[in-house]
Amino acid sequence: MNVLELSILLVLVSLLAGFLGALTGLGGGAVIVPVLTLAFHVDMRYAIGASLVSVIATSSGAAAAFVREGFTNLRIGMLLEIGTTLGALGGAALAAVAPTQALAIVFGLALLHSAYLNTRPQQDRTDFGGSPDRLATKLRLDGTYPAADGSIRPYHVRRVPLGFLVMGLAGVLSGLLGIGSGAIKVLAMDRAMRLPFKVSTTTSNFMIGVTAAASAGVYLRRGYVDPGLAMPIVLGVLAGSMFGARILRATQSRVLRQIFAVVLALLGLQMLVNGLRGGM
Amino acid sequence: MVFEGECEMGASVAPWSEERVERILARLLRIGVSTAAAIVLAGGVLYLVRHGGEQPRVEVFRGEPRALRNVAGILSAAASLQAQGIIQLGVLVLVCTPIARVIFTVFAFARARDYTYVVVALVVLGILLFSLLQGR
Repeated sequence: MNVLELSILLVLVSLLAGFLGALTGLGGGAVIVPVLTLAFHVDMRYAIGASLVSVIATSSGAAAAFVREGFTNLRIGMLLEIGTTLGALGGAALAAVAPTQALAIVFGLALLHSAYLNTRPQQDRTDFGGSPDRLATKLRLDGTYPAADGSIRPYHVRRVPLGFLVMGLAGVLSGLLGIGSGAIKVLAMDRAMRLPFKVSTTTSNFMIGVTAAASAGVYLRRGYVDPGLAMPIVLGVLAGSMFGARILRATQSRVLRQIFAVVLALLGLQMLVNGLRGGM
Repeated sequence: MVFEGECEMGASVAPWSEERVERILARLLRIGVSTAAAIVLAGGVLYLVRHGGEQPRVEVFRGEPRALRNVAGILSAAASLQAQGIIQLGVLVLVCTPIARVIFTVFAFARARDYTYVVVALVVLGILLFSLLQGR
């Protein structure tokens, strides 16, 4: 297989990954690394570099659409980005010294966790009232969001330090594995800080690009970003996710989410097994 | 609510409305991503024309050559129309898109006289620039 044939194959795979990632809201990055390493035998470090760059592309593209819907909380996003970018710098530094087997094991576990989160039903709470949190008030984090019935409802933000800590962890995983780690970002805002689910998901998407940019600088300087590999993957994932986002509104993606979760779980298991066997 | 902060009467610079901030932000991101994609595509076509018949070497990690690892090297490789250099320039534009977003947010918070968040955004900007430029 020469460079041209490999590039065409990679564009096709990335198109599909970006398409499914956008349609299910799970992101395409999580699939790119296992497919590159398991099916194409690409070195883990090159795979992580290419994946991370594609994550910046899709999140910036998606954020452009989401930020106009009025759900994104820009103050929370900016404040928590201190946590995610510091975490991402740490994660990228860790990736440089960690053996690839260890990376594969952590990757496998992260995929399994992501698949598990996906099988749980998402219920949108409606109780965002109560007494305001002192720190959140001081930082003026509370906001409003458009509820399902069209009215504008206020919400109070809680447990800011815990949210910040979980965001730091999301940043470490993003920098270590070259993924967006959107699932953990949503977890931090939805569960820890008690934000409305829609605010959590859109603010998370908004933050992914900045988080990934922090570790991309480190990857670039360490020579992890191979242009020949990054090119088909960035273009494929970007085109796929734009197409996926376009038809997102027209489809009921519940079944698709579950299928994708199974795919993630299988890839996670395979990564885990390979990592434990030392075959990466 | 976010950017319509307290603003004294008669101030020379009025804060942007939240809607305006979001519109500019969305446009900024879109321009950044499409510019990056166009550069990567142009470099990619050139790369495939020149190197399409070669054997790919991504199974063993060797690390990219020095010239493709830092901002100055990438700029000069792209300027001499080296295919990999052009792709890497597109990657660089992509990495700079979120950075441009943070810079814009600094100004938006400043216009709203929300100085706490000017500082917050500057800290994020500092971390990003440190990551991109350290150890050149």
